[in-house]
Amino acid sequence: MQDYFYSLGDALFKKLEANEQLLLYFSGEDSDFVRLNHNKVRQAGNVAQRTLSLDLIEGKRHAEASVDLAGDNEQDLNQLVEMLKILRQQRVLLPEDPYLNYSTDINHSEYHHDNEVINSHEAVEQVTQAAAGMDLAGIFANGTQYSGFANSLGQRNWHSSANFNFDWSCYHAKDKAVKSSYAGFDWQQEKLTKKIQTINHQLAMISRPSKTIDPGRYRAYLAPSAVNEIINLVSWGGFGLKSHRTKSTPLIQMLEQGRTLSSSISLSENHARGLAPKFTSDGFIKPDRVQLINRGIYQDCLASSRSAMEYDSVTNAESEYPGALDLAAGDLPGENILDELDTGLYINNLWYLNFSDRNACQLTGMTRFACFWVENGEIQAPVDVMRFDDSVYDLLGTSLLGLTEDRELILDAGTYGQRSNRSIELPGILVKALRLTL
Amino acid sequence: MNDYLNHVARQFSSIAPNTDFWTLRLTNQTRESISVRQGVMQPVYNQLARGALLTVVSGDGCGYAATSDLSTGGLKKAVRKASDWALQSSDLGLLKAGDFPRPENKARYETPVRQHWDELPLNEKVTLLQDANKALKINDSIVDWQAYLGYRCDDVLFVSSSGAHIEQRFHYINPGLVAVANKGSLTQYRTGGGSQSARQGGLEQLSLLDFPQTATPLAEEAVALLSADECPQGTMDIVLAPSQMILQIHESIGHPLELDRILGDERNYAGTSFVTQDMFGRYRYGSELLNVTFDPGRTEQLASYAYDDEGTPAQREYIIRNGILERPLGGASSQARTGMPGVANARQSDWFRPPIDRMANLNVEPGDTRVEDMISSVESGVYMETNRSWSIDDSRNKFQFGCELGRVIENGELKGMVRNPNYRGISATFWRSLVAVGNENSFQVKGVTNCGKGEPNQSIYVGHASPTCHFSDVDVFGGAA
Repeated sequence: MQDYFYSLGDALFKKLEANEQLLLYFSGEDSDFVRLNHNKVRQAGNVAQRTLSLDLIEGKRHAEASVDLAGDNEQDLNQLVEMLKILRQQRVLLPEDPYLNYSTDINHSEYHHDNEVINSHEAVEQVTQAAAGMDLAGIFANGTQYSGFANSLGQRNWHSSANFNFDWSCYHAKDKAVKSSYAGFDWQQEKLTKKIQTINHQLAMISRPSKTIDPGRYRAYLAPSAVNEIINLVSWGGFGLKSHRTKSTPLIQMLEQGRTLSSSISLSENHARGLAPKFTSDGFIKPDRVQLINRGIYQDCLASSRSAMEYDSVTNAESEYPGALDLAAGDLPGENILDELDTGLYINNLWYLNFSDRNACQLTGMTRFACFWVENGEIQAPVDVMRFDDSVYDLLGTSLLGLTEDRELILDAGTYGQRSNRSIELPGILVKALRLTL
Repeated sequence: MNDYLNHVARQFSSIAPNTDFWTLRLTNQTRESISVRQGVMQPVYNQLARGALLTVVSGDGCGYAATSDLSTGGLKKAVRKASDWALQSSDLGLLKAGDFPRPENKARYETPVRQHWDELPLNEKVTLLQDANKALKINDSIVDWQAYLGYRCDDVLFVSSSGAHIEQRFHYINPGLVAVANKGSLTQYRTGGGSQSARQGGLEQLSLLDFPQTATPLAEEAVALLSADECPQGTMDIVLAPSQMILQIHESIGHPLELDRILGDERNYAGTSFVTQDMFGRYRYGSELLNVTFDPGRTEQLASYAYDDEGTPAQREYIIRNGILERPLGGASSQARTGMPGVANARQSDWFRPPIDRMANLNVEPGDTRVEDMISSVESGVYMETNRSWSIDDSRNKFQFGCELGRVIENGELKGMVRNPNYRGISATFWRSLVAVGNENSFQVKGVTNCGKGEPNQSIYVGHASPTCHFSDVDVFGGAA
């Protein structure tokens, strides 16, 4: 695939006119997707997808395109040459772009994680056998993802990764279920079996009569997957340079009023994790780490190439939505978390978060999957789903009692457009009050 | 319509698998997007997405393969992969062979267009956007402002071993205006001019969507919100404009009535539903004023079509009539699984995703109340417009929505503007508090361009149309500040 992309790029660069520059970004995947319901196959198939993004530049004028490719050089070149003609026709009609910004340094890189993936049929058989008798629903995705960059200045970058991501839940009844996931590069049947055994144990607790909680404030432990939902929502404009400069960030009170989070909160974008490409679609190389919040104080923003030019900064991200976050660990021992919680809510998952007041970073959302009422360090009953409405300045600030010393690496199972390469590593949190409203 | 897709289909016929049943859906999608932000033309963006989804049914197994390689060699590979998955899933399949529809129709459909996208040259579109953008920047309180315009054309050819040959061409137009106002740590924004209102058709739709003439009024509202009072808190009446009704319909009628959710397919991701199969035909979903239709025939609406992506002919159906739940939103496969009636709503978002049950066009039918009369009947309440926040539980029951702008209603009169209007409720009871439905004069055609669902994930266009509606005794509140 790498040779195909580079040779296609070389052929295209020969079609350029004098004074033109061309940036190419390739993304593709060969993936199997198996959707499961009631521990049976609902839909199963394969997707072979290749897309090339083009930015055709002359001086400060440019036009962009993306084209789905067949994977055959001759066939694709004809189509792309036609697209170059369209971009040239458009470009002359456009004004100069003062924020056009692309790397003119040459920085080659290659990253291959092309290990042999599990055979998808085999994996699905293992899943359905291990979950025999259980009501399992979920998605198994498996295959190789490709990203590449080439420009007419001579830079070449490649990133490919063969991996799997199995995201599923097992149901007791109605909406009572336990959620789990297993993602990585080296599928091991024993790990899968162990995870499904753990679910079986939790299903036994879920099957107890459920408890309905009244609205009010409750001491709560939020597991890493629940904290991830909160961070995900804050990431929606929270850390981008553009959203900060246009006063659209939900963290505007940190900017304008000097508000802080708990000094236990340190959050960074860890590009060095290596699951996503280190290069951008404009040819820039991302730094290993961007410290967004340091000990509760806002520090740096993620800057795309366009924002970097507009606001006189340095490109440090592909987009201004984070994709490799690190939330620093705390010192709560994970194995004693029920004792630390004592009496309150144990929340494994949150769902469908949104802002109820963006300026105040006030969030609302629902509990989901296995959430429990705990008394004196003992799980008493599953709880019916509840709506919360609370501020990040409370949950990660004044209400925060601590973070666990163990962290979990979550590989995003999202597949909008293509399989996600986003990830986050984070601990669970203990808060003295979570406000439930409905 | 599309010679290339027909050529590919003919090539495929020579290598089609000798199996119980197959379908081939070919897509050629083009997009063009232009925008001006803060007086600066953003890069013009073009997209060409082209590929095939082959589905093979063999015995009780079914498999698919999606490929952008439409050469004979590429399609042969797809046949092998889809057939392989059909074979492998035959013992584990949730659906039986008979659950898959066997369409035989031959048909053509194209969105009616009066002024085609290409009839306005690019430089004139740029000028239009630059003027709109300028009209948004009314003073220094406006800290970000943008005008955008997008076009998309989908050519779709569906063929099957049962003889179907369905060609459809859809034209979409997607304009919008955004004004962001700020004062210190308070930011408010307004959107409009077609935002949340993308439509099928051509450039003739722009004036119908108030694009660009609404630019300055939107900016003025954004600035006014900075000094507006917070939305009052309490149990009171609300009057929802169509720009908020579309989200209310989408989240608390559309999603819970999708049959694949009711069947559990979505439980791991988008969620399940508080609605069960036994509720259809008898359950009171809303007051007697609530009439909801699945209407694929309103040609300018975002999800109008003649056939869905399983080849089922689409027609208008009542989903809720006089408040009583009548039928779910389930395509032919889901209907076969349940023995229930449904609608033609098996849809795929892109050439590389398989069809699942979606909303398509889901509309609240107009009533007979004039908006003026609706307002005058409210003693104490809030009028709200333009959704900006949405959250609902995985059974689609407990919801909380927020809007860009509110206006207090006191003793039957619209009073001052309020900011951060929010309300919350429970789907199963909320629609029963519907006390008045606006007439045709308040009916507006809108839509959602980012409805997410499915595993693997699919983001798709759905249409919603609604009049202004009045609900009683709702839990209303403002922001935290």
